[in-house]
Amino acid sequence: MGDGVDRVALFATCLVDLYRPSVGLASAELLEQAGYRVEVPEGQTCCGQPAWNSGDTRRAKTLARQTMAALEGYGYVVVPSGSCAGTLIHDYPQLFAEDPEDLGAAEDLASRTWELTRFLVEVAGITGLDANFRHKVCYHDACSGLRGLGIKHQPRQLLGSVDGLELQELPNTEICCGFGGTFCVKYPEISTRLMDDKLDAIRSTGADTVLAGELGCLLHIAGRLKRNDEPIRAYHIAEILADMGDQPAIGEGDD
Amino acid sequence: MQSTAREFPLRARRALDDVQLREALAKAQDGFVGKRQTSIDAFPEFEALRDRGKAIKDHTLAYLDVYLEQFEKAVIAAGGQVHWAESAEDAQRIVTGICQQAGARRVTKAKTMAGEEVSLNEVLETAGFDTVETDLGEYIIQLAKEPPSHIIAPAVHKTRQQISDLFNTHHHGGRLKTALREVPELVDEARQRLREKFLTADVGITGANFLVAETGSIALVTNEGNADLTHTLPRVHVAIAGIEKLVPTLDDAACMLRLLARSATGQDTSTYTTFVTGPKRTGDPDGPESFHVVLLDNGRSRMLGNRYREMLRCIRCGACMNHCPVYGAIGGHAYGWVYPGPMGSVLTPLFTGLDDSRDLPNACTLNGRCQSVCPVQIPLPDLLRDLRRQQFERGLTARRTRWVLAVWGAIARRPRLYHLFTRLGMGLLGRLGKRTGAFRRLPFASAWTASRDMPAPQGSTFQQLWKQRQRDAR
Repeated sequence: MGDGVDRVALFATCLVDLYRPSVGLASAELLEQAGYRVEVPEGQTCCGQPAWNSGDTRRAKTLARQTMAALEGYGYVVVPSGSCAGTLIHDYPQLFAEDPEDLGAAEDLASRTWELTRFLVEVAGITGLDANFRHKVCYHDACSGLRGLGIKHQPRQLLGSVDGLELQELPNTEICCGFGGTFCVKYPEISTRLMDDKLDAIRSTGADTVLAGELGCLLHIAGRLKRNDEPIRAYHIAEILADMGDQPAIGEGDD
Repeated sequence: MQSTAREFPLRARRALDDVQLREALAKAQDGFVGKRQTSIDAFPEFEALRDRGKAIKDHTLAYLDVYLEQFEKAVIAAGGQVHWAESAEDAQRIVTGICQQAGARRVTKAKTMAGEEVSLNEVLETAGFDTVETDLGEYIIQLAKEPPSHIIAPAVHKTRQQISDLFNTHHHGGRLKTALREVPELVDEARQRLREKFLTADVGITGANFLVAETGSIALVTNEGNADLTHTLPRVHVAIAGIEKLVPTLDDAACMLRLLARSATGQDTSTYTTFVTGPKRTGDPDGPESFHVVLLDNGRSRMLGNRYREMLRCIRCGACMNHCPVYGAIGGHAYGWVYPGPMGSVLTPLFTGLDDSRDLPNACTLNGRCQSVCPVQIPLPDLLRDLRRQQFERGLTARRTRWVLAVWGAIARRPRLYHLFTRLGMGLLGRLGKRTGAFRRLPFASAWTASRDMPAPQGSTFQQLWKQRQRDAR
């Protein structure tokens, strides 16, 4: 690997930073196993997606500039979230379409940014993993990764290398779980209906664990499961790939 | 049609509680999605056709003035008349005038969304014309006195039971003993009722799926043949269509028809596809004596000049709403105007004003499935997001959202402050939630916790743990 190219910046995303740091650690582990030197630039906070999706372009630009500056100079930027990666890849160039001063940097960052599972498969070329998880699991395709970044076979391929893991495909996997960022609190009743339909699909697989590459969806899924007192557990895919499936699942306490 | 989009939250909640609606919608969405997929799987060049469809529409919109004039000339050359309606009122006045001039008493209508857009039924009924919808779905909702809830399946929200009851009330004075009837029986009954109307109508009003500039033809597709009986039997045929329905050539129309049938109903081609060019000619065995095309602007030319021009590619297939999870949960009526679902959430604010429909651009998870199935590749999520931008800039965004964004933005733009706050905040929440793992209730989070627990954070931030890890490694 050439100079600088093996230096990977991990953009953890604010949700991972705040809620589930183990996803960040798991991502770093996986990247290191693949031979990369991982750095976590301190200037990173939130990519600005909530502002962008709420039509607040001014704030979105402020956070985008900050993120672009923090991630400058790395050969690769890897993000354990399809929606935040999508913001860096698709939204920043749109956001700065009419700002020639920032557009170059936005496009440059877009060309270096990868969603984690796609990076592991398509760039790092990972073939084997040192992980085991003896459970029947289903994988929830988060919409922004699925349709925005073409993430579909990569997570499945990686899960295929986890010892003991039995993957059951979800019916209607193309359908949104109803999280939708601020949507889930603006229209909680509609959001919950969509989630209940998703839970029907999850239950129908007989899986005891649901995985996804998107913490937003996972908090939503785990939150509703927990409210219903259901035994199905939720993890971020990075945690399972990095063999961290023995820690409490999302929303699971010490009790 | 008067917009009730302002009442979206209330109507959406009511729709969620409507068990019959839920049953009807689940069945319809599964059917539409499955049939479309099957037809596309059997048609590998579909993606290439989507590219071509988009290109045809983009080209037409770029030269719309030229093609509109070409169309007008061709219609006149074929013996027809063209009427330009800048507004809904213009269209109402023009159509009413044609019916009055024809001395009409009865008017039959084949489903037209442009007609819905300008409230044609109400206007014609008020003017004293016996106005009859002939598309089965439209006929049903006309009996029920409801607006359509879907652009190609207007009565999709009705169950068989509800339709049986409606027919019993309107056709049999409520005297029928059998409560639930079979579909063929219901269809037969409607067919017989409508046959008499077809034969006695003076004016037939249709929409147009496409307008063909080179020949001055209108293309009409149905699966019931009702449009053909509507435009061939009466003395006068009026077709009303938005100006964006134009395509340059018959060849282009053929491409669009292939996209339309597959995207709308999963058919290779609709059961009836008809090109109508001018009125009855000497020697023709049937057809109307006069043929009118009403070209409706009603805000469309304004869209030509801004980024919403992309929305004018829409061919009204309904695929976006068939694949929309929100539409699938609440149905079409909650959206409050003629066009529901994703395409309606873009069009309604543009046609009726953003102030009156501020929920519509927001009631979307931006999951992008609508765009991925749109036969002319309209970037619906981007357009909805752009409407949100307009709302934000005009101060129409909910105060709570603006407040949260301001606080979050102020913290997130200062990394040191962000790290300090998040470390303290997550430390506290992590300790409070350690035992149970999730919160039943949380201050300021009732919108989430009303139906979902809030998973507790692990307690340290990733930045903290990462620094710790770096120190340990040294």
